Amino acid sequence: MAVLGTAVVIAPLLAIFAYLVYKGASSLNWDFFTQVPKPVGETGGGMENAILGSGVLLSVASAIGIPVGIASGVYLAEFGRGNTLANLVRFTADVLNGIPSIVVGIAVYSLIVVPQLHFSAFSGGVALGIMMIPTVTRTTEEMLRLVPHAVREAALGLGVPNWRSTISITLRTASTGIITGCMLAFARVAGETAPLLFTAFGNDDRSLALNQPIAALPLQIFVYAVSPYNDWHRLAWAGSLVLIVLIVVSVSLVRFVTSRGVLKGAS
Amino acid sequence: MGVGIEVKELNAWYGETHTLRSISLKIPANHATALIGPSGCGKSTFVRCLNRMHETNPIARVTGSVKIGDLDIYHGVSPVVIRRRIGMVFQLPNPFPTMSIFDNVASGLRLNGFRNKKALDEIVERSLRRAALWDEVKDDLRRKSGASLSGGQQQRLCIARTLAVDPEVLLMDEPASALDPISTAKIEDLIFELKSEYTIVIVTHNMQQAARVAENTGFFLNGHLVEFDATTKIFTNPSDKRTEDYITGRFG
Repeated sequence: MAVLGTAVVIAPLLAIFAYLVYKGASSLNWDFFTQVPKPVGETGGGMENAILGSGVLLSVASAIGIPVGIASGVYLAEFGRGNTLANLVRFTADVLNGIPSIVVGIAVYSLIVVPQLHFSAFSGGVALGIMMIPTVTRTTEEMLRLVPHAVREAALGLGVPNWRSTISITLRTASTGIITGCMLAFARVAGETAPLLFTAFGNDDRSLALNQPIAALPLQIFVYAVSPYNDWHRLAWAGSLVLIVLIVVSVSLVRFVTSRGVLKGAS
Repeated sequence: MGVGIEVKELNAWYGETHTLRSISLKIPANHATALIGPSGCGKSTFVRCLNRMHETNPIARVTGSVKIGDLDIYHGVSPVVIRRRIGMVFQLPNPFPTMSIFDNVASGLRLNGFRNKKALDEIVERSLRRAALWDEVKDDLRRKSGASLSGGQQQRLCIARTLAVDPEVLLMDEPASALDPISTAKIEDLIFELKSEYTIVIVTHNMQQAARVAENTGFFLNGHLVEFDATTKIFTNPSDKRTEDYITGRFG
């Protein structure tokens, strides 16, 4: 049963990955990573703009989603136990988690894009960051709750102030789980298209500017996949493969970096 | 050096439950004092009032006065400062699981802003030696986690961590109740060693342990301090009938 269960879980992932390799690998070449899209009719061209764009968007999103999420998770677990504000924050986080991503896109569009009168990388990053907050908040809260009471008492008993104990002892003890939560949130928004449609908007040129429209891998994949050109379809497949690989690589990298320095026998 | 403790009319509550009723006693400096009594009699609450850990529970409340040396700990002092002067060892060993052995011992000082690396090395070694753990861990100080040690070693690590902050009083809440007899014997030897430098208050369920390590013993029952006297007197010729019943095993 366990073997069967494992197979059922792993099979779809392997199937998707294998199909992506089959469809996309042939279009992957150096140009794909170093060139921007070419006009319709010309062969070649790549998605450098989209890879860079996704990098910028995810950096902005992480810079917003991770600190806000961890801070509110700490509040929920350590300071707001049982009070009304905490319950409200927890409820809001759960609702936010269930809001369709396109709705987040529209909200950011009307709050940032409309007043500024142009699409921008910043607004796209904000939309993705908002989507990261609930996942980070709730995993931080759950992980902090798993830290034994005895560990907190040990810190207080040493004459460590409460806030210091929260930062240096409780958060540190729960850090592995919290990092996993951040990675989950990151991987989830890395593949989001809908909230970027009318915020980041897309850009056929290289751009790193926060106040300009910017390309993103999922967005480019969407545009290319619904286009009528075979050339673009192939690039869309290659883009999907790159997106998946980038997510796996960045998650593994963070795991690897954070697991170094872990001591023998630490739980 | 240790200092004496003087408790006057101490009352404590958890919510509506009145767990300590008018406790007054004097604990002499540089002696070990044992507190015995059945479960739920208030002896743990009592030691937690001595370093203001009791009030970390939001529904807890205390009245009365506790003087540690000349310092009235419930008036005009921060509980954080009190807890540095009055160290505590808990029933279950509670090393910080993500920290190395060295970091565990250094944690109390570091988290209070101590930055002198060389001094820290010395303090950690001295504390581990005092806790009779140095020889067992000196090769793995920074490599192994505190949680990788055995239960008895973990408890001595916690004692070393408490000693590193250099307290004057050491409170121990059933420090050996989760340990095997050999580890228990090591902890008891340690208490014997340490009382030349610290005032020790130890809560225990084990009456033989009280008789072995402590000069004075207090008997708690239902939130009252029934009797407080020299250990030999308590165990051979108690003045109160209830103490006699308890130590002869007729109840509790």
